[in-house]
Amino acid sequence: MAEQVDDKSPLTQPFNIRDCALVSMATGYRAQNLREFKEGLLRVPEGSIYHHFWGRFLEPQFDEPEYSNDFAAWVYHRLNEKALAEKLSVIDPTDYEDIESVRQELVERIEDRLYENEFVPWTRADEQFHFVRSQIVVLDTGRYLEIPSDLSSGVPEMTIGSIFYHFIDARKRTEDRSDDFSAWLTGWGDTYNDLRLKLRAVDPFFSSLKELRFTVTKVLEEYFGGGNS
Amino acid sequence: MNELLDRYAEVAGRDVVNHLCQLATHLKGMKVVHVNSTKEGGGVAEILRKLVPMMEALGLDVKWEVLEGSPDFYQCTKGFHNAIQGFPVELSEAMLEAYETVNAENAEKLRPVLEDADFVFIHDPQPAPFLNFCPNRHGKWVWRCHIDCSRPYRPVWKYLKRWIQDYDASIFSLAQFAQLLPHPQYLIAPSIDPLSEKNIDLPEEEIMGVFDQFGLKPDLPLILQVSRFDRFKDPLGVIEAYKQARKMVPLQLVLAGGGATDDPEGEKVLEDVRKAAEDEEDVHVLLLPPDAHRTINALQRASDIVLQKSIKEGFGLTVTEAMWKGKPVIGGDTGGIRLQVVDHFTGFRVRSPEGAALRIRYLLHRMDRLEEMGTRAKRLVLENFLLTRHLREYLALMIGVLHGLEDRIDMVQ
Repeated sequence: MAEQVDDKSPLTQPFNIRDCALVSMATGYRAQNLREFKEGLLRVPEGSIYHHFWGRFLEPQFDEPEYSNDFAAWVYHRLNEKALAEKLSVIDPTDYEDIESVRQELVERIEDRLYENEFVPWTRADEQFHFVRSQIVVLDTGRYLEIPSDLSSGVPEMTIGSIFYHFIDARKRTEDRSDDFSAWLTGWGDTYNDLRLKLRAVDPFFSSLKELRFTVTKVLEEYFGGGNS
Repeated sequence: MNELLDRYAEVAGRDVVNHLCQLATHLKGMKVVHVNSTKEGGGVAEILRKLVPMMEALGLDVKWEVLEGSPDFYQCTKGFHNAIQGFPVELSEAMLEAYETVNAENAEKLRPVLEDADFVFIHDPQPAPFLNFCPNRHGKWVWRCHIDCSRPYRPVWKYLKRWIQDYDASIFSLAQFAQLLPHPQYLIAPSIDPLSEKNIDLPEEEIMGVFDQFGLKPDLPLILQVSRFDRFKDPLGVIEAYKQARKMVPLQLVLAGGGATDDPEGEKVLEDVRKAAEDEEDVHVLLLPPDAHRTINALQRASDIVLQKSIKEGFGLTVTEAMWKGKPVIGGDTGGIRLQVVDHFTGFRVRSPEGAALRIRYLLHRMDRLEEMGTRAKRLVLENFLLTRHLREYLALMIGVLHGLEDRIDMVQ
């Protein structure tokens, strides 16, 4: 299928590949029990909520996480609160208007648990939750993708910083809370709807950025390699 | 691309090195000075030995300066080290005076370089007062703490804090080490250098050579702990774990350590270790020279399991090194070991000699699990704890410090 390029749409401009690096910072907030955890969640800057959902992808992590965010992992591993961990783990920040709404949802689920439980779950002093925030440095790689089929050769060459920026961080920036690739493809009208749906079906929560790059590459190869472009 | 960068690209990936080049574009030509207290021995010197040439290869103008101290000075800073790790230490006025005098003298010598720098990284407490002796500094000063600072002994920390609080930022290895300070505190885990003598691949003959060299038995499983002879590394606990495990499974233990020039306590601990091992034919206590990197590399590769049974640990680079060689690690449940040893996946975290003995027996009984954990351990290091990641975070921090406290720094023109 020939590509329909609409020169008038800014979304059909070449795709500028960006890169980013993240460095973590202490917030000074910590929690040793569920009540302190709730208080911490209410007080930390928005950047800390973002970090524990998304920024952690650029931090040292094991590539088979059981839970989709740091909050749920701590509640399970340190407080032994499995049901609450599950409830926190299903929170997808892209379902919410903004980070403040995510914060409220987290606090509400914790309050429900505190209400049900006669005891406040505690952990050891050296197993506290430390709220962290991060600084993200966004860079221009100076490289561009001209047309959608360039994605299949461009994505495998991207750094994990680029994958983070375009596939994860984009969920905070794009209007429909998707990745930058899908957002760019909307510029071609309905032509790439199938591909957009496939990209949006990639669950980024349970893999490392390297694995994510591999998965996205595979989706692109299957699409463009299958004669759909 | 520079030859050094090319070599890292081969190990860590071309994309990883391209990423470093991107970041460094914004810092090209900047004058950076690192200061620490020793060129040999200990994790800090090892990191700087490669971090400095890598920064240079990326176009930064970097110097590495070393403070020269007196025995009194090192006695005092060893006391700081122990106190930061939570051990109650009383420091006399005379010791503190030696600390301040050595700092004043060294800072005076280095003042032109330090005051001219765009960035000064001061490593650990030894040269911390330098900042106060450089009133005409124009660059950003960052204090880098490599020590487990989670529960410092308060009187000593209060003394040190007065030297640290005026820095523009500080760096701790883990969130739990960060202390209340009036400036941004960055969190950067250290790293290993895959191209150093201690971590490069070795020929099989060289690995097997350690059995002859140290009188080890090639047919007995080998467990190893590599660390300074320091009470926080719990070498006596390792010998205890060995004694319990060998009741059930035949094995041999090597405790290999070097002295660092800034550690006057090592000899006493070494003496205690030798005493505990004197009746054990298959326990080998090796005091290695500071440049025995290749020997340590071979010992780690020759081992079946590596232990790091620390009770306190800043990060535990020996854990990273062992994991890079595909070995599962049985480590103390403390500090940076928690970040690396993922229980049941890359090794085991233990809290007692009994726990260590149990896990030694398990792994030697389940060689399939031992192999599997070793493979995962190597991958974890490849993706998270190589020098390239460490350098990336230093570069991001430098851009961050220049831009203040913003969450997002957009360098796109």
